[in-house]
Amino acid sequence: MSSAVVVKYAIDLVAVLLLALGIKGLSKVRSAREANRLAAVAMALAVLGVLVDSFAGGISASAWSWIIGGTIIGGLLGAITAQRVPMTSMPEIVALFNGCGGMSSLLVALGVALFPVMGAEGESRIVEEISIVISLFVGSITFTGSIVAMAKLQGWLSTPPWMQSKARHVVNIALAVVSLIAAVEMIRNGGSGLWLLVVSSALLGIGVTLPIGGADMPVVISLLNSYSGVAAAAAGFVVGSQLLIVAGAMVGAAGLILTQVMCNGMNRSLVSVLFGGALGASSTASGGGGEYTNITSCSVEECALTLEAAERVIIVPGYGLAVAQAQHTLREVTRSLEAAGIEVAYAIHPVAGRMPGHMNVLLAEADVPYEQLKEMDVINPEFPATDVVLVLGANDVVNPQAKTDPNSPLYGMPVLDVQQARTVFVVKRGMSAGYSGIKNDLFELGNTSMVFGDAKKVLGDLLGELKELGVGKK
Amino acid sequence: MSFLSEALWVLLLGSLLGLELIGKVPPTLHTPLMSGANAISGITVLAALTLIIKAGNDGNTPLLALGSVSLGFALFNVVGGFLVTDRMLAMFSRKPARKENR
Repeated sequence: MSSAVVVKYAIDLVAVLLLALGIKGLSKVRSAREANRLAAVAMALAVLGVLVDSFAGGISASAWSWIIGGTIIGGLLGAITAQRVPMTSMPEIVALFNGCGGMSSLLVALGVALFPVMGAEGESRIVEEISIVISLFVGSITFTGSIVAMAKLQGWLSTPPWMQSKARHVVNIALAVVSLIAAVEMIRNGGSGLWLLVVSSALLGIGVTLPIGGADMPVVISLLNSYSGVAAAAAGFVVGSQLLIVAGAMVGAAGLILTQVMCNGMNRSLVSVLFGGALGASSTASGGGGEYTNITSCSVEECALTLEAAERVIIVPGYGLAVAQAQHTLREVTRSLEAAGIEVAYAIHPVAGRMPGHMNVLLAEADVPYEQLKEMDVINPEFPATDVVLVLGANDVVNPQAKTDPNSPLYGMPVLDVQQARTVFVVKRGMSAGYSGIKNDLFELGNTSMVFGDAKKVLGDLLGELKELGVGKK
Repeated sequence: MSFLSEALWVLLLGSLLGLELIGKVPPTLHTPLMSGANAISGITVLAALTLIIKAGNDGNTPLLALGSVSLGFALFNVVGGFLVTDRMLAMFSRKPARKENR
């Protein structure tokens, strides 16, 4: 064993340790930022390990120039993108990055498939073929799926009607079968079936992701993130790197857990997210839908007057707030309330916003103190002692049906018990249903008033009214 | 076959580690965690590098180009992923340098 190999093993072990500590640390608020840096250092170490290991065999000048070229272009574009992207577009950008990770695994497998440079023979040749096939399949799905997810979140792409019908299942199953045939063909006969596999699995990625609704997209992105880990692990088998296998497996497994956590928060099973889309369609039939009666709407002025008299206010931010990018205006409103001695807290539903935790990021960006963000289980007992609840562009997460109506598709989903507060204001653009397509009983309750309008505009007007009333003046 | 059996053990243990690592996460951190894990999945840089080095020794220019593009994609994921996660997490710091006059 040459000394270079020993050094490489040492570096690899440290890198794995740091990666594990990084993922672990990322799950705690205190340590998250350091953990992220730790993971970045681990990644740099891993790269160093590969270079040290290869140094003995020599790295040709042409290899160096291609390495440096790829590094500069990819790294620079990544850095620029990361700096430029607005906080509200986080889900899209994670999808984009993820898709590129999948593409990278795909290209590695493609390279080894086209030019068998790894020199594997006999049984290990079969292992290599299988790894290549998995890497191609998962990499393609990850890439096209992530790009479609990004395009849908950005609003560049909408679902064509036939994709919402049952026909898509037939198409997707057909694509899956074609991929499988191509994969078997490739393993048995080597080479042939390669392009068929790439194309059919790429189309499968599109076919599976395209019909999924915008609000379910975070779950899909998380799942695709898990896939890109699997693709990386498969690429690890292809090039014979154990470090790659460990890291890929860790991300794959962790991504799966995170996906499950997100599904639980929305009371959706992963199966229904992927194959359903059925929630909206079936709910109207099962009596969850229907017209609203007994709606009270009120002006911004009335809302301001009630807020002025309150002692304790809870804000419930939702998807609508994120879309309207109203977090800064909201912060100004709560600042003037706080200046008037009114106690303000924010109730954060686990799936509020466009992605779990996304709302926290947006509010943190607007300088909302971390301590004021309360999780659902913490804040729920506090609603009865609250004067005013301001629901901003949230719908399903405050639907009392989830607790009262066993026939509701939402039944069992954890919700915020806002109706227990003395007064509830719901800021909403219109009476359209939430993403689940289910009528919200909250809107009909006697203590609920609707304030119609875009969250940003309503909050701006509210700020004006509060100023006129002299709330929070020094 | 020793690489294969070792590799399968590594796969198994890595997966178990991943399942254990993020058992309990506050919802606050779901997005940053997803983004951070995503950056780590860009570890395919290693595969891309290995491929380029092999191709360089063989003098295989098309494969060099392919590996280089793969490396670019992976680094886009890695560098962008870590930076964007850092940007998100910077907002959670408990003692924020308050920008009062915005």
